[in-house]
Amino acid sequence: MASDLQKTTVAVILIASFLAYTCFLYMSLPIKSYATSNACIEGKKTWQNYNCAACHQVYGLGGYLGPDLTNVYSKRGPQYIQAFISNGTNVMPNFHLSNNEQENLIAYFKNIDSSGKSDPKTFFVNNNGTIEQ
Amino acid sequence: MEPLNNKQLSTPKLYLLTGLILLAVGLLFGISGAIQYLVPDYLKEHFSFEKIRPLHVTSILFWIILGSTGGVVSYLQQYNNQKIKYPFLLKIQYFIFSTTILAILIAYIFGFFGGREYWEFPPILALPIAIGWILFIINFISSVKTFRNQPVYIWMWMTGLVFFLFTFIESYLWIFPYFKNNIINDMTIQWKSAGSMVGAWNMLIYGSSIFLMEKISSNKKHGHSIVAFALYFTGLFNLLFNWGHHIYTLPTYQYIKHISYAVSMTEIILFSRIIWLWKDSVTTAKKHFHYAAYRFLLAADLWIFLTLLLAILMSIPAINIYTHGTHITVAHAMGSTIGINSFLLLAICFDILHDTCIPIAVNIKWLNRGYWITNISLFIFWISLIIAGILKAKWQMSASPEPFSVMMLQLRPFFGLFFIAGTIMSIGFYLILYPLIKNQIVCYINQSKIK
Repeated sequence: MASDLQKTTVAVILIASFLAYTCFLYMSLPIKSYATSNACIEGKKTWQNYNCAACHQVYGLGGYLGPDLTNVYSKRGPQYIQAFISNGTNVMPNFHLSNNEQENLIAYFKNIDSSGKSDPKTFFVNNNGTIEQ
Repeated sequence: MEPLNNKQLSTPKLYLLTGLILLAVGLLFGISGAIQYLVPDYLKEHFSFEKIRPLHVTSILFWIILGSTGGVVSYLQQYNNQKIKYPFLLKIQYFIFSTTILAILIAYIFGFFGGREYWEFPPILALPIAIGWILFIINFISSVKTFRNQPVYIWMWMTGLVFFLFTFIESYLWIFPYFKNNIINDMTIQWKSAGSMVGAWNMLIYGSSIFLMEKISSNKKHGHSIVAFALYFTGLFNLLFNWGHHIYTLPTYQYIKHISYAVSMTEIILFSRIIWLWKDSVTTAKKHFHYAAYRFLLAADLWIFLTLLLAILMSIPAINIYTHGTHITVAHAMGSTIGINSFLLLAICFDILHDTCIPIAVNIKWLNRGYWITNISLFIFWISLIIAGILKAKWQMSASPEPFSVMMLQLRPFFGLFFIAGTIMSIGFYLILYPLIKNQIVCYINQSKIK
């Protein structure tokens, strides 16, 4: 049977490492530049207010009823996006977004698009099982 | 001390009862959501998927949270052989949770969202949940008194309680511009908290399951053994550091992904142990199979094996680029929440609630049918999601993929199977839930008459 001291020592080491890792990550987040337009910030609000993530993914994370929208801006363009948002589809209802909300949402898609590529085909696999883009 | 299986509807039992009702409701929302995969027009204008999905997810998440709370409090009382230190705090916590859950479900119905995956309600409603959880931590620490020479489940409960609060607060850092104004930073922290939070509630449920196993086997040594603590620390190590496997494809720091990959591979230790103890498990199963609670522990054991195997494979980045963004991740989530979390919580519910007013033996025939229906249909449900996921992965990797809508049409037969298996599984669950819920309601009515 392990003693309380041994168990506490292991727990303290693990938790202290986790807290150090967390603090380090908070203070050195990967993206340093926060040059985000107001339209993009409002667009993110619209995305959340209409719970778009229930059906759509960004970087493969979200719901699976609709497509991943990470790079929809560069692949399809703003007019295509607007047509979908303003009319809905067979699956997606028309949420009757105002013109302002539609523009903000498109600005948000543009911002997401500029952050990277989500297509899994753009990754290559290393011999040790890790992946790179 | 209040006896375990008396005829009173005590506060811990009320947590379990409310959790069971949420499970029943969550299954209904789940079926409605599955119909929308097959008939996209179904309820599209008034009750579309962006409402159905959070109604389903929140109901099931709070079944897990309330079930875990009821289990931890009941077993802590049994372990201490006395009531929890502040019963009124437990009642306040129940009042806060139940009213907040109701407010969340109403908010979804009227289309008010916070829009974050899993916690899709407006952020203001997170505040009462955090306050209720702090009350729970105060009650737990006051009731345990000392942490000297305690069995592993006390460590697991404490870990689960603290890290649930930590990760829950962390999941709301997005409200600050520093975290939310860039999608990569936001998603890095969002999945850091979400990944660890699952580990936190697993600690609560697994802790209670170990207590239950000790109780059934009358072996009090296991909770103090080196093996039990070695497995606990492996679980804690993964809770703290393996969350990065959710975001292998996100353009965030590479070191996050490498740490997560390395840490996730330590789960092979847990997996190997299940295989190593397989023969013993079968022998013990034969001995205890007549206990309803034990049967669910056994079913969960099988689902831990399957889900852990899938989790380990998905944690290898080279495999993850195929499975990520496909229904294989849904299969993993369903295997974990139904096959592991729900089955373990049902085992705990049967142990605590089984003879409250009406002996469970009265319903044993239907209970047996429910058990087998649920397990077999869950397996078909799980396989249909994996096949749908493989086909979607093939589509994602195709050099010239067909339009998304065409791919979804090709997956429809598997969504059909998923819907049928899910509906049958829900019927199986209702056969199991009916005696448990009815029993508690009868108790409540009797109790009211006495008063």
